[in-house]
Amino acid sequence: MMKILTKNFGVPDSHLLKVARANGAYSSLGKLFAMKPEDAVQEVKKSGLRGRGGAGFPTGTKWGFVPKGTGKPVYLVVNADESEPGTFKDRAIIEKDPHLLIEGILIASHAIGADTVYVYFRGEYYRQWERFLSALKEAKEARIVGERPFIHAHRGAGAYICGEETALLNSIEGYRGVPRIRPPFPAVSGLFGCPTIINNVETLASLPYIIREGGEAYAKIGTEKSRGTKLISVCGHVNRPGVYEIELGMSIARFLAEHAGGTPEERALKAVVPGGSSVPVMTAAEALGGCLSYEGCEKAGSMLGSGGMIVMDESACMVRCLADIAKFYHHESCGQCTPCREGCGWIKKICERLEAGEGREGDLELMLAVADNMQGKTICVFADALAMPVKSFVTKFKDEFEEHIRFGRCPR
Amino acid sequence: MEFSFTKEQKERAEEILKRYPVKRAALLPLLWLVQEKDGYVSDDAVKFMAGFLDISPADVWGVATFYTMFERKPAGRHHVQVCTNLCCRLKGADWLLRYLKNKLNVEAGATTSDGKFHLSTVECLGSCGTAPMMQIDDDYHEELDAEKVDRIIAGLK
Repeated sequence: MMKILTKNFGVPDSHLLKVARANGAYSSLGKLFAMKPEDAVQEVKKSGLRGRGGAGFPTGTKWGFVPKGTGKPVYLVVNADESEPGTFKDRAIIEKDPHLLIEGILIASHAIGADTVYVYFRGEYYRQWERFLSALKEAKEARIVGERPFIHAHRGAGAYICGEETALLNSIEGYRGVPRIRPPFPAVSGLFGCPTIINNVETLASLPYIIREGGEAYAKIGTEKSRGTKLISVCGHVNRPGVYEIELGMSIARFLAEHAGGTPEERALKAVVPGGSSVPVMTAAEALGGCLSYEGCEKAGSMLGSGGMIVMDESACMVRCLADIAKFYHHESCGQCTPCREGCGWIKKICERLEAGEGREGDLELMLAVADNMQGKTICVFADALAMPVKSFVTKFKDEFEEHIRFGRCPR
Repeated sequence: MEFSFTKEQKERAEEILKRYPVKRAALLPLLWLVQEKDGYVSDDAVKFMAGFLDISPADVWGVATFYTMFERKPAGRHHVQVCTNLCCRLKGADWLLRYLKNKLNVEAGATTSDGKFHLSTVECLGSCGTAPMMQIDDDYHEELDAEKVDRIIAGLK
């Protein structure tokens, strides 16, 4: 299996420049700087790379939206605000191969013509922020990173919503992290009203390979609609939780067996959330018949999202699980849009009363109605990110929810 | 008491201001400096910051209260944060929280009587594969069991 993102993960001290360079870091730059920016964009378009933050938008196409000749500076913003429950892959890149990220930043900056880069770290990733800063210092001392682009590491301060790209921009500008209405899209008017491209850490870390080996080589990996490799962070009821690089298209059954090592004590698989807490849950049957690709997860009733996989075996209570998800979204809603602010609270309350054995007849219908009133009715997709789990949990595990009402307690 | 940066912080603040084309963008990094000095963001610090960046105290207050990592009152010497999100819950976060409550003799959201520890619950910290976990001050402690927790707590001054 081709290792593009994790090839140095097992190398001792792989975060140090000396070691990283001995393992190929920055070897794409010679070729990059001989390329015109538009050729670099073209190469990434050819690769078929899609954004790895969760939305899966084609990276080269996104870059192509930057208008030419506006006279305004162009910004590159790196989204290292990883905070979706189940997702811990960007953290692995920053900790184990920060130079791969910096190389990716240099490539993207060259392609879009950015002369200033802000890397937005979630506030809690303090040690990861430090690690990035020391890698950046080394790269500057070695003159790999020169006068331009300016690369600044900006720390958030505890707000999941700042992973949403326009909320992130507001946060950098010194405001509360509330999403902006689009249009205008950030590529046209983003940070400080200037053209801005926001890319995820893993997306950028995929670029050195694409430039070095060519977009076509990258496009040969994976499936037609999901090119390349992807990091999957797996947690919950598995024997070997962790971050694994897979060729897109791998079956979930094989991933669970070969990488995640199956469930503890060989308990039966109950459910899989394949792409971070915001995507619809899959039943065991859906998961075992599904593939880890954008289209494969959709076919199996969910989404690949960020690749943050949460596994539940038969010992898990699905009402409790949804209550925990709802608690998260209730805590993290920015409060700007009423359907989200109120809806998240309602869902949380209903889940908690179901789990406490105080569920009422009609609660499931009420939850679905609330979810309907949230989905697609707000400025950003945060509300959808709770509505989708609600709809899928309640419909796919209906018996379990009904039992809670019928028995007046959690049967587990 | 009026807030001011230390001499060394003043220099860092000047350097931070240079990173952004507009002053206000320095607000989050500067609030981090405030918290580094005092351990929390006081009313006086809010006023100071408003003057420093030419914005209203309400603007500063709005930002300082939006982000959960900015403390609004003095906390304990060590901030112990336990993730109780779904993924940690599947791997024993309930146990960990109970254990810490008993061990430190404090409820979540409160500070121990000697002021040494402040215990709180938090949402996902990106440590789902190494659950259960807690963050103490700037450090993550992962794959915890009773013995490990005892050792970590005993090692704190």
